[in-house]
Amino acid sequence: MKLKLKWISLILALSAVIMLSACKKKVAPPPPPPPPPPAAPTASLTANPNAIDKGQSSTLNWETSNATDVSIDGVGAVRPTGSQSVTPPESTTYTLTAKGPGGTQQATARVTVNAPPPPPTASSATEEELFSQNVKDIYFDYDKSDVRGDQQSSLQSDVAFLRQHPNIGVTVEGHCDERGSTEYNLALGDSRASAVRNALVQGGVAGDHVKTISYGKERPFCTESNEQCWQQNRRGHFVYQK
Amino acid sequence: MNDHSSQLRTWVLIRPIIFAVILASLFSSAFAQDWIRTGTGLGVEKVRIAVPDFKAATQDPKNTDLLRVFNDTLFSDLENAGIFDVVSKSFYPLGPIGTPADVKFEGWSGPPANAAMLAFGNLGVTGSNMTVQGWLYDVKNVASPQVLGKQYGDAPTADAARLTAHKFADEIIFRLGGGIQGIAESKIVFVSSRTGKKEIWEMDYDGNNQHQVTHLGSISLSPRFSPDGSRIAFSSLTKSGWDILMYSLELDRMVAFPRFGGTNVSPAWAPDGTKIAFSSSRSGDPEIYVAEAAGTNLKRITSFKGPDVSPTWNRKTGAQIAWVSGRSGLPQIYMSEADGTNAQRFTEEGYAVSPSWSPNGQFLTFSWIRHYGPGAPGAQDIYLMDIASKQWVQLTHDGGRNDSPCWSPDGRHIVFQSNRSGTEQIWTMLADGTAQKPVTASGRNSQPNWSWK
Repeated sequence: MKLKLKWISLILALSAVIMLSACKKKVAPPPPPPPPPPAAPTASLTANPNAIDKGQSSTLNWETSNATDVSIDGVGAVRPTGSQSVTPPESTTYTLTAKGPGGTQQATARVTVNAPPPPPTASSATEEELFSQNVKDIYFDYDKSDVRGDQQSSLQSDVAFLRQHPNIGVTVEGHCDERGSTEYNLALGDSRASAVRNALVQGGVAGDHVKTISYGKERPFCTESNEQCWQQNRRGHFVYQK
Repeated sequence: MNDHSSQLRTWVLIRPIIFAVILASLFSSAFAQDWIRTGTGLGVEKVRIAVPDFKAATQDPKNTDLLRVFNDTLFSDLENAGIFDVVSKSFYPLGPIGTPADVKFEGWSGPPANAAMLAFGNLGVTGSNMTVQGWLYDVKNVASPQVLGKQYGDAPTADAARLTAHKFADEIIFRLGGGIQGIAESKIVFVSSRTGKKEIWEMDYDGNNQHQVTHLGSISLSPRFSPDGSRIAFSSLTKSGWDILMYSLELDRMVAFPRFGGTNVSPAWAPDGTKIAFSSSRSGDPEIYVAEAAGTNLKRITSFKGPDVSPTWNRKTGAQIAWVSGRSGLPQIYMSEADGTNAQRFTEEGYAVSPSWSPNGQFLTFSWIRHYGPGAPGAQDIYLMDIASKQWVQLTHDGGRNDSPCWSPDGRHIVFQSNRSGTEQIWTMLADGTAQKPVTASGRNSQPNWSWK
């Protein structure tokens, strides 16, 4: 039995070898490898500085490789690597194009041109500045709402300024120190604001340009409990109205 | 010092009148010094009352929390009332007490409790109902002890338990306090800046249940309950200046009120609710005006140069108005008929502001820097003045600025603002100056106004 099996397996193995060799004969030989493609070009472009004021210049720097034809929009044909100063009149995006046998590559750099600061437009800004420089608050004695002697010069300059600038509207805020009741101080602050307004109107300022409001002791300028601070809070405060 | 003895004399003279407000006068002049110095010994024999915790009447798990709220509220209401000597709980006989059958008279009427009165009862939740039974017993009258027996039904919530305790406390106070309604159900409105802006807030008289009323985002001041409790008049900084505004507690929103121009502040309701007095600078100078409650029919009742502000009506008659005027220099209290006639200066010295007229018409309480001037201590304290005699007594002595006093509806208490604790807070006290305690703690709170009932 063992012998018989040996023979069968030998025959099978031999016939397999014959069949395999017959198949191999039909396979075609591989084609030769293609030639390597030409390398793609590379390109980089920077601007330094990339933000300038109008009239100043910026330097473009670029590098390319594998390119035969390099140009920058607005500049023209350039060498493969180099730098150039530019003075754009307005913000400009420079585009470098590098062409070569391997294709085309682009790189961009933007130069921002800052607009010059606008000329001082609104005259109100100056007027408001003048207002805060020239108009002085009026200070009061404790529990008093009459304009005291040492405040008259401030009052006169306030009147003069407001008469010179008849377009300016003003709100006079009446303020009080922290002592006394909330309600009494609201009434006192109203009296202080009215006293200042009346003095302005008597000086020739148009009454319809002067509003009053009392803050009593609700919005103090200073929050300490001493006379220096209290004096700061007893005042007619001028607020510019557009 | 001369001043000290005159103050004493003043005190001796005014004492009977003040105590008449607080209770029937049953005391001797020997108590006067003690009263002023220590705030103890009112001089009145207070009713000694025991208030054992109410007992759970059912097995519901909600009972525990509701009983805690109820018992705390009832106990503090009776302590706050000012007419009771509430027996310390450590003197109570042992064993819970929930119904008349549990009462062992000797244990309550004998030492150490020595109670004259016993308030007791039970609370039980059944489904969605809370039932409270309460009794008031005269424990020395064993044959016929019951003074009061009440039953209340409400939803099983902490708010309802608190309100029920207030109601039962007010019943007891009404029976034992000379027929004057208790204040346990009363409210206080005030100004709070705890949101960053001064808004109007409301709370129960004991400081519970604090909630914001207005949301105007401006500066709102001087809230005043209408006598029927349906509205709050106040002043607020609007786009056109300071205006009197009106909030309806029934509609839960602002309702219309006319704008008058100028600075309009410090509204005050006439006791019949038909008129409002306030300060307006619509004519250029802050003066007192009176209008109908709807803001119509405006009439000016003062005419002197200088601030006139903070009116208050005679709460009993409605026939006079007191207010603050700076016409003679430092602000003083003035008084006139409600139409402005017969104006008289009421305070003679110092810096006097924020008057509030007592419910019985006899007294003003106000804030006074009595010795104002260089070298004077300049303390701002709450004073009580008898209108007929102009005699006064100082109620606060504990430092800080004390201002904006206002009477409770029963005339036994005064609410005020004080910064003695470091920040401005609302405080209450008995009208004799005792039992001073803060009822707010969050943010800054000022200008309290007590409801009329």
